[in-house]
Amino acid sequence: MNKILLIIQREYLSRVKKKSFLVMTFLVPALIIGMYGLIAFLTVKGGDKKAQVKVIDESGIFAGNFKNNSSVNYITTKESLDAAKKEATESGEGFVLYIPANIESDGKIELFSTKKAGLSAVSNMEKQINDLLRNKQLKDAGIDPATLKEIDPDVNIDSIELSEEGEKDSSAGAAYAIGFAAAILIYISLFIYGAQVMRGVIEEKTSRIVEVVISSVKPFQLMMGKIIGVGLVGLTQFILWIVLSTTLTGAAGKLLLKDKIDQVKTEVSVNEAGKTIEQVNAEGPAAKILNAIQTLNLPYILGCFLVFFLGGYLIYSALFAAIGAAVDNETETQQFMFPITMPLLFTYIMSFSFIVNNPDSTLSFWLSIIPFTSPIAMMVRLPFGVPAWEVALSMVLLIAGFLFTTWLAARIYRVGILMYGKKVSFKELAKWLTYKE
Amino acid sequence: MLSIKNIVKQYAQHRALDGVSLEVEKGSIFGLLGPNGAGKTSLIRIINQITAPDQGEVYFNGEKLNPDHISKIGYLPEERGLYKKMTIGEQALYLAQLKGLSRSEAIKRIKYWFEKMDMQTWWDKKVEDLSKGMQQKVQFVATVLHEPELIILDEPFSGFDPVNAEIVTQEILELNRKGTTIIFSTHRMESVEQLCDSIALINRSHKILDGKVKDIKNSYRDNTFHLNYSGAFPAEKAGLFSIVKPADSENVTVKIAAGKTPNDLLSYLLPSIQILELKEQVPSINDIFIQKVTQLS
Repeated sequence: MNKILLIIQREYLSRVKKKSFLVMTFLVPALIIGMYGLIAFLTVKGGDKKAQVKVIDESGIFAGNFKNNSSVNYITTKESLDAAKKEATESGEGFVLYIPANIESDGKIELFSTKKAGLSAVSNMEKQINDLLRNKQLKDAGIDPATLKEIDPDVNIDSIELSEEGEKDSSAGAAYAIGFAAAILIYISLFIYGAQVMRGVIEEKTSRIVEVVISSVKPFQLMMGKIIGVGLVGLTQFILWIVLSTTLTGAAGKLLLKDKIDQVKTEVSVNEAGKTIEQVNAEGPAAKILNAIQTLNLPYILGCFLVFFLGGYLIYSALFAAIGAAVDNETETQQFMFPITMPLLFTYIMSFSFIVNNPDSTLSFWLSIIPFTSPIAMMVRLPFGVPAWEVALSMVLLIAGFLFTTWLAARIYRVGILMYGKKVSFKELAKWLTYKE
Repeated sequence: MLSIKNIVKQYAQHRALDGVSLEVEKGSIFGLLGPNGAGKTSLIRIINQITAPDQGEVYFNGEKLNPDHISKIGYLPEERGLYKKMTIGEQALYLAQLKGLSRSEAIKRIKYWFEKMDMQTWWDKKVEDLSKGMQQKVQFVATVLHEPELIILDEPFSGFDPVNAEIVTQEILELNRKGTTIIFSTHRMESVEQLCDSIALINRSHKILDGKVKDIKNSYRDNTFHLNYSGAFPAEKAGLFSIVKPADSENVTVKIAAGKTPNDLLSYLLPSIQILELKEQVPSINDIFIQKVTQLS
């Protein structure tokens, strides 16, 4: 037992001390923060630089009725179209919105600019024009727009999840996001850390140190020591990432976004009465997702993430170790990698194309129960709500799967590590399983 | 010290060892010889408990081989290496701790050995910075650090230049003088004659010869003598001697007939020639090895 600790210690320290580990540890949170920063920066900056739109309204219907929003400023002008066009050409910026007199029959509204107009600015204009035009036509038809607004049904489906704790606001969007993030993280890390185990085994084999080591310890101890050591490296990396990125983004968010948040708040309160639909939509989804994420049981999901990551890692890294033992160098691993990558890749694709849309279907159920696919599939299903017994069953099978693959891998490993210069086939591997110690 | 009793090791289609029995005496240097693929490495792996035999038993100091014996054996495999990215000191420390030494004890002993072998400055070096011979030295030190009762060396001299080979040879002899039993597996017959007290010859999974080097050599003496002389050498005399190698004008190899002694030969020859040298031709282990192996194949 003491010896396996020594092996774990060596495997762990030799990896954690590497420069690449340090780089990864700081690079990933830095990237996350960078992205946050960029978004914050663009939001703040975008507010400063509004598109200036000169409105030349020959119909007289719209004059002065355009409402400015965070990205577009409307200026109604009496200039002639040609003069305005000329000015825009000379200054090289600004937009000219031309509304002909016959707009209500078959006139075409035109937008002139030296640069291509942004999609959101154009859709904002279209929407405003449509709204105003409709209001006018309603008025012309003798209907008061105010009356219409009162009877306009504003339907917005709130999905409320029924659970024993009572009603709980949930959002499919947030569930998607959390499930996806966890599944992708598990998928990628199974490969990264599994491959590290495999490379470690190959290194020991090609450097010929393995026979020295197994004259002191059992091959099984060496294999498990390596698997656990690398697994701990993975956990350390995750924990450092989580800690670093939450503290740093928290701090950076406060610094960068404080002004902006205040600004948005005052804007919202000022504009409460006359706020446009666009603004509600613009602020809506982000806030909604944040709220929804808060309603999800994060510690529970995080706990499940750790269990399924560890379980999946132990299952697959044992197989990776067996592959490493069966070959002489990394180029020979291809043929054995295929059956290992297949279930992972399959689940990964199914998660995004099927499970997420049908989290409670029979196929989704089985994918999240079978140990080889459950680490990814269950994480996608989990945020949608999975009965406790299914989670428990999946975890029990995960442990059983881990015991099975470790047993299998250990038998291949102990024969393989002492076998040099032999091209091994699957048939050969099957034979190794029956060898006596 | 080590009793190997009727070991059988079967791989899928191939029987690596077939009823091999050996006795290694305490404090001896034992040579395990045999052509490539004879089963030497299989036997060594069984002694090291890397694999287990299908039949037969191994006794270490009278006890059946068990995991407690691992720390009493030092093994330098033929296929040996070190971790590329670790420093020399850390590797030696790691390997010593795996053999059950405490950290502080291991450091003390590594320092002692590094000094002894003139490697003091190597502690922080990486394997990639060392030559192959230097790596072998590190491996040798790692093998003996835990002061094992039995040291098994598989081709210990491969990769050494003559100077370092001599240093290692002297270390092996010194360890042996202090009571360590040594098993030596090698193809280099001159080192076997120089070092070994006893040998066993394994060929095609069977032990075909074993015993003390002196006894084996004696048993392979066939009364052949080499003569350096001047004068006219007389013809063969049946019942006394026969000429093995035809003489040039000064040298001849003769075989003395059973029951006769060199003195009988001399008294017969003295009247006719001047004898300058008479020397018995004792077969070398190398000759015996080749004779035994080719005779069976």
